[in-house]
Amino acid sequence: MTDIATSAALKPPARPLGQWIFDVLLWGGIAIVLALSFGPAEIEKFPRLFSGSDNMREFGRAFINPDFDLLPFFISQMWLTIQMAMWGTALAVFIAVPLGLLGARNIAPPAIQWPVRRVMDILRSVPDLVIGMVFVVAVGLGPFAGVMALALNTGGVLGKLFSEAVESIDKGPVEGVRATGAHKLQEIAWGVVPQVAPLWTSYALYRFESNSRAATILGLIGAGGIGQILFDSLNSFNYSRVAAIALVIVVAVTLIDILSQAIRSRLI
Amino acid sequence: MSRNPYAADATDADDAVVRFDDVSMRYGRAPETLRDLTFSLPQGSFHFVTGPSGAGKTSLLKLIYLAAQPSKGLLHLFGQNVAQAPLDVRPFLRRRIGVVFQEFRLLDHMSAFDNAAVPLRIAGAKPDSYRQDVAELLTWVGLKDRMHALPPTLAGGEKQRLAIARAVVGRPDILLADEPTGNVDHEMGLRILRLFLELNRLGTTVLIATHDQDLVARSGKPILHLEDGRLVHMGPVPQGFGG
Repeated sequence: MTDIATSAALKPPARPLGQWIFDVLLWGGIAIVLALSFGPAEIEKFPRLFSGSDNMREFGRAFINPDFDLLPFFISQMWLTIQMAMWGTALAVFIAVPLGLLGARNIAPPAIQWPVRRVMDILRSVPDLVIGMVFVVAVGLGPFAGVMALALNTGGVLGKLFSEAVESIDKGPVEGVRATGAHKLQEIAWGVVPQVAPLWTSYALYRFESNSRAATILGLIGAGGIGQILFDSLNSFNYSRVAAIALVIVVAVTLIDILSQAIRSRLI
Repeated sequence: MSRNPYAADATDADDAVVRFDDVSMRYGRAPETLRDLTFSLPQGSFHFVTGPSGAGKTSLLKLIYLAAQPSKGLLHLFGQNVAQAPLDVRPFLRRRIGVVFQEFRLLDHMSAFDNAAVPLRIAGAKPDSYRQDVAELLTWVGLKDRMHALPPTLAGGEKQRLAIARAVVGRPDILLADEPTGNVDHEMGLRILRLFLELNRLGTTVLIATHDQDLVARSGKPILHLEDGRLVHMGPVPQGFGG
């Protein structure tokens, strides 16, 4: 009798019908959307990756024999790309700090917070390639257009991350500082910034990692650096040179990732 | 140091530094936490705020250090109606009030010395002008050997005394403390009480929210007893209090 009562008590609760229907609709919906997208995304061409295209073979052969004749030049262009990423990220931080503070619910009133959040949404939603093209038109070809593209897009992303970090702070130290007679700016400088600084730095470093990759792609629109050399080599079918450039990029980006992760792991 | 425009000329005509006139308070749309409080604290007085948990002790202190506003009634600090005080003068009023929080609310990235000096730096004082004073104050509260320690490395009693040092370093007119003996042992509680009595003897108006009936009984100081947000007794500890 006791055993029956115990086993009945241990029976897990049944899943609510609403939850079950929600799961079916969610996963079923995802499956239907994927099926409908199969044709437009040309997924049926997947076998072509392995169907022995001449281009793929030629490409593969060249990759086995990379052409490092211009290695010092590639390295100097890679360094230029990293410099673009550094400046793009640094300017983004300048944009993101005020946006992050003014977009935080616990710092700014809704009348300021709402428009600031919309500005961040716009900066985030426009791809850096598009912003880059606008700046190429405005300031001409070269790295500065790339720097500005990275700065604006990353400014929006970091602004959002910064404001979320501010919203999750412990309000105790802020109230402690306020009680000593601090003005609003002093509350932020003494109570808020010290709490979020490690996380903000970590986010900025992480974005620097991704900007190092993004800066390469920006070469496509004439923003200079290793990316531009890469696309020029691709367009002239010089796959051995493409292979050498790709290796330089992989090594540089990997080193940046390792360095950045090492710093970030010490911060948080 | 920038001059506090609310420092000198603002003592109330009847010598009350705090005056509540029919004050109520609520958080958002919740029921009133404090109801119809009317009392005043004369300059240089020493009171305890007592009452069961949820009676409104912390809320009462919050009103005085301007972390909350009355939903009804008039609150005067240093003779000034705080409802009429513009937002930009509130920091100056707060500089006349020292607060010891129950959870200390210290700045973890700063040394004990820098934490104690925060109110002076906020007021614009230069380090050279306060270095000696802060060191003496920390020695007075028994933290002479812990001046360079960060708060997370301090013991509970040390944090408590550091919080007290920060609260009194600007020589406030009013000292508020929320459960200042809640995190320390009996012996430390008595040391802290002696510290408050000494500050009061030097002229500071002291108001302490506490559950510690032994502390209240030992001090012999009057109480404001709250129950369910109402002030049910103000004056000497009644016979059989807490029994």
